[in-house]
Amino acid sequence: MKTKENIYSLLSEIPDPEIPVISIVELGVIREVVLSENAIEIKITPTYSGCPAMKQMEDDVRKKLQENGCTNITITTIYTPAWTTDWLSAEAKLNLQKYGIAPPEESSTDKSFLLGKQKTVTCPRCKSNDTAMVSQFGSTACKALYKCNTCLEAFDYFKCI
Amino acid sequence: MTLNESLFKYSLRLGDTSLILAQRLSEWTGHGPFLEEDLALTNITLDLFGRAKSLLEYAGKVEGKGRTEDQLAFFRTDREFFNALITEQANGDYAKTIIRQACIDCFDLLFYSELAKSKDNTLAGIAQKSVKEITYHKRHSFSWVIRFGNGTDESKQRLKKGFEEIWEYTGELFEMNAVDEVLIKEGIAVDLSTLKTNWTKEISELLQSAHLTMPEGTYMHTGSRKGLHGEQLGLILAEMQSLPRMHPEAKW
Repeated sequence: MKTKENIYSLLSEIPDPEIPVISIVELGVIREVVLSENAIEIKITPTYSGCPAMKQMEDDVRKKLQENGCTNITITTIYTPAWTTDWLSAEAKLNLQKYGIAPPEESSTDKSFLLGKQKTVTCPRCKSNDTAMVSQFGSTACKALYKCNTCLEAFDYFKCI
Repeated sequence: MTLNESLFKYSLRLGDTSLILAQRLSEWTGHGPFLEEDLALTNITLDLFGRAKSLLEYAGKVEGKGRTEDQLAFFRTDREFFNALITEQANGDYAKTIIRQACIDCFDLLFYSELAKSKDNTLAGIAQKSVKEITYHKRHSFSWVIRFGNGTDESKQRLKKGFEEIWEYTGELFEMNAVDEVLIKEGIAVDLSTLKTNWTKEISELLQSAHLTMPEGTYMHTGSRKGLHGEQLGLILAEMQSLPRMHPEAKW
């Protein structure tokens, strides 16, 4: 019989399918692990409604647990509370930056970003603050496209939601 | 109409509206005016497909006949769809697509912000998620309307023409029927009449900043609440449903 801690540590080994430097646990999509006699329920929440990686994450969770002797696995999608970038740990943010993705700069409770008042986004490569948004929508739903005016590189910004 | 039946139809209406708009917008994939805009529209499309999936999945659950979101999307005929007529209108040029999107984004943000307080937990949950996404969509479409209106004569003319073409489909967004009546009493549905003043104010301010005025015409098309559509929907469904209908057992 596995404990919740066992399950969480197994799930922590699963990388985000699009951003392999953070795990799906660090990403915050695993909301709850419910253990009952002979059954495991994993509650997950989508980052974005249409995130195509969600199906992959579900498959990865199922596979990982099955490989480790778990049976009778249910994966339930829950919508509340809605996922927010606030759930990314400080370590996850650092890993994003090292990977070349600028981590979310502000808390989603600060609504100024919703009004278009972008805060300074630091270039993940040269750490310059002289950057500009190219497009609010980037290569995946969770990212915006930026460019650095100092090193002239384009980079992804993990946008606040 | 029973509560359950109303909830089923309400979820279908919302799901279908997201689905058909997403299907329409997806036609731009690979055809956007430049790369960043192509990506922007496909990202918005993806959010809409995701919302449609959640809503149709819920509709199937409420109905209780074992229909999945895929069965609802791919195996119903046009008369069984309740998407707002504005969503099935042809994309036209980029200006028309953008002004249609601005009208819908404005409505959606007002609507889903209210639905987020619904007594139905699933609808409220989906709405809370959607509000965050729509905020980004709206910022995108509004900023382009302003840019087109302040750009060249050509861009302004195209924006004006696009708006005139979709204007007559905006009134229907606020229509209510027996479904709404049942659900408003239960604190589940949003009273659409409460949204109209704010929507009109926001859109007329937007037009003003794009140097356009609200059209004078008051005629509005209607029908989707009863499953009545233009021929456009039939063509959209023919394309969207052809593969699953040809291979109903296919899995991927």
